[in-house]
Amino acid sequence: MEMGKAANYENELATELRLGLLGTDHHEPEKQSFPSSLVIKSNKRSSSEMDYNSSDKCDQDCAPPPKAQVVGWPPVRSYRRNALQQQKKTESDVSGMYVKVSMDGAPYLRKIDLRVYKNYPELLKALEVMFKCTIGVYSEREGYNGSDYAPTYEDKDGDWMLVGDVPWNMFVSSCRRLRIMKESEAKGLGCL
Amino acid sequence: MCVFQSTINYFPEEVLEHVFDFLSSHRDRNAVSLVCKSWCRVERFSREKVFVGNCYAVSPERLLSTFPRVRSLTLKGKPHFADFNLVPPDWGGYLHPWIDAMVKARANLEELRLKRMVLSDDTLDLLAHSFPSFKSLVLVSCEGFTTDGLAAIAANCRSLRELDLQENEVEDRRGQWLSCFPDSCTSLVSLNFACLKGEVNLAALERLVARCPNLRSLRLNHAVPLDALQRILAQAPHLVDLGTGSFVHDPDSETYHKLKNAIQNCTSIRSLSGFLEVASRCLPSIYPLCSSLTSLNLSYAPGIYSNELVNLIRHCKKLERLWILDTIGDKGLGVVASTCKELQELRVFPFDPHGVGYTAVTEEGLVAVSAGCPKLNSILYFCQQMTNAALITVAKNCPNFIRFRLCTLNPTVPDAVTQLPLDEGFGAIVQSCKGLKRLSVSGLLTDQVFLYIGMYAEQLEMLSIAFAGESDKGMLYVLNGCKKLKKLEIRDSPFGDVALLADMGKYETMRSLWMSSCEVTLEACKKLAMKIPRLNVEIINENEQMEASTDDKQKVEKMYLYRTLVGPRKDAPAFVWTL
Repeated sequence: MEMGKAANYENELATELRLGLLGTDHHEPEKQSFPSSLVIKSNKRSSSEMDYNSSDKCDQDCAPPPKAQVVGWPPVRSYRRNALQQQKKTESDVSGMYVKVSMDGAPYLRKIDLRVYKNYPELLKALEVMFKCTIGVYSEREGYNGSDYAPTYEDKDGDWMLVGDVPWNMFVSSCRRLRIMKESEAKGLGCL
Repeated sequence: MCVFQSTINYFPEEVLEHVFDFLSSHRDRNAVSLVCKSWCRVERFSREKVFVGNCYAVSPERLLSTFPRVRSLTLKGKPHFADFNLVPPDWGGYLHPWIDAMVKARANLEELRLKRMVLSDDTLDLLAHSFPSFKSLVLVSCEGFTTDGLAAIAANCRSLRELDLQENEVEDRRGQWLSCFPDSCTSLVSLNFACLKGEVNLAALERLVARCPNLRSLRLNHAVPLDALQRILAQAPHLVDLGTGSFVHDPDSETYHKLKNAIQNCTSIRSLSGFLEVASRCLPSIYPLCSSLTSLNLSYAPGIYSNELVNLIRHCKKLERLWILDTIGDKGLGVVASTCKELQELRVFPFDPHGVGYTAVTEEGLVAVSAGCPKLNSILYFCQQMTNAALITVAKNCPNFIRFRLCTLNPTVPDAVTQLPLDEGFGAIVQSCKGLKRLSVSGLLTDQVFLYIGMYAEQLEMLSIAFAGESDKGMLYVLNGCKKLKKLEIRDSPFGDVALLADMGKYETMRSLWMSSCEVTLEACKKLAMKIPRLNVEIINENEQMEASTDDKQKVEKMYLYRTLVGPRKDAPAFVWTL
């Protein structure tokens, strides 16, 4: 079988491939309404910049680019989609919300069940007892300024956040692991 | 020929009827009824099982007058893409007129199998009260009813053998529908309520199981805990098909121990599913079942992680059908390939369709399975990436595919190695698999792939296309080449009027055509509707401007056309415009 129009394809690929009808001339998505099947949802970038096939050469530190969501793709029955989403929530209800906790300088990690605590002060108290450290009091402006350690957590998107900024329930459902940072690290200061 | 004619007419009709009894497939019966008038008559009056692939192709009244002795009816409603939210709600596909007509005609309905239809509790109630011999209700991907409707069925269908609910959206009314099975109901053979979201009366369930000695298939929902499962299995060791509910318990407990014993006694189980909630430490209890399993569905069990999944599969040497999530990974599929030598059907579903940060399966897994499982004939594979080389290898390894559905998570992803379109890969599949009946393509594709499909896919009956092709030529290759094509569904592809109108008569040989977000104009749709009166050409128009405007050149967002004997349907909602 012949290989087909390989050369043309490479040219086509060199131009930006985007979510749209193949063979259309314009390179910018039109300002008028998209066909209803192309609902592009992006929580981090404006949709006009969204490039479906571009491989952003992120190094490991950046979060992977969010995928554009096309209505009905991948073609999974809505019953199945809903059921799996439902289960992801239930899983955490049933088995507890165990997350790893690391502390800078400690030889090994610990695990705690976030469901056991009702609010931030309880959690922080428990961490202080577990790691024998002082974390101090949270303030929106200063964070945990003044104390030796700052509690941080990795959220669903892979970003490291300061514990305390968001409402408790939101924190519990998005927290994947905790890290108690030494205050010096948290401020970005090296050893003096 | 004359001699033959008179000889065959010498047989009394009862003999012909008896001969036709051996024909179970509706296609064979359709063929038989075309032979001559007397055969047609005999066949019509003796047909008990009727299959209606599109509920709008024929009217209930007409069906009943053609097949007055119908006892088993299969009906399909909404177009396939409705499963993926491409069809607005209230589009149609209502069951009620069918039940109504059957009641009026005093049909002796015993079995009803529905797919993508809409039915209300009232309809279920009417059904339950109208057919004393009603035995079997199978609902797949249906909606519009609640557990109250199920209660009506349970309470009134005295001879009920089968109640099978697969992936339906059922509103939970917190009624005690299971308790509505009277004590006199002892005839159940199959009960599947896995898709129900609400609580069930466990005591009623256990009593029901205990009094139905013929129960062979039981699929529970997530609200049935492990201890109830243990008691149920103790009462029903003859089960052949089991779907567990919640599978979470302390493996050191008495209950878990009893479960293990109960499972040891269930030597007939060949099909296993469920695990809607699961604690992996409880999984070893089902290992004794694995060596005789022929069917395993873990596609709703995201709680079973890769290692445990693989451990489980290693025990399943007789598996013929496997449905799993892509969390199994390529390595896991390698284990499938080396263990499941009898495998015929594999479906790998995406765990998180829009997930970021986990690797789904790739072409490697597919190649491994194709190499290890020589009997593989049906595949549905959602994957991160694919290559032509892999597809060519798969085609060589498995020439027996009947169904081949590939869905790349990114719909226009090119060959992961060469960056070329996947034309050659799919071309190899259609050339090698001479018996291919169903094909779904995805990834970066040009018109070339359709040239191959038109050239080689001689047995193809259903084709699904998304984000593919470059010009009308693509669609034309398919329409001209695939002589047995019955269903064609296309979305987001640059096919337009030239392709649509090239062979208008073709659509009378097909069940239906769906085109959305393509290049087809209103003018072309109107032309087609006028030229071929036995087609319903429906335009789905969600913003109401279309009818008002006189611009025939505007593109049609969603078009669904199908052949029909009964003209435009009368139940179309405002947003559906039949041309």
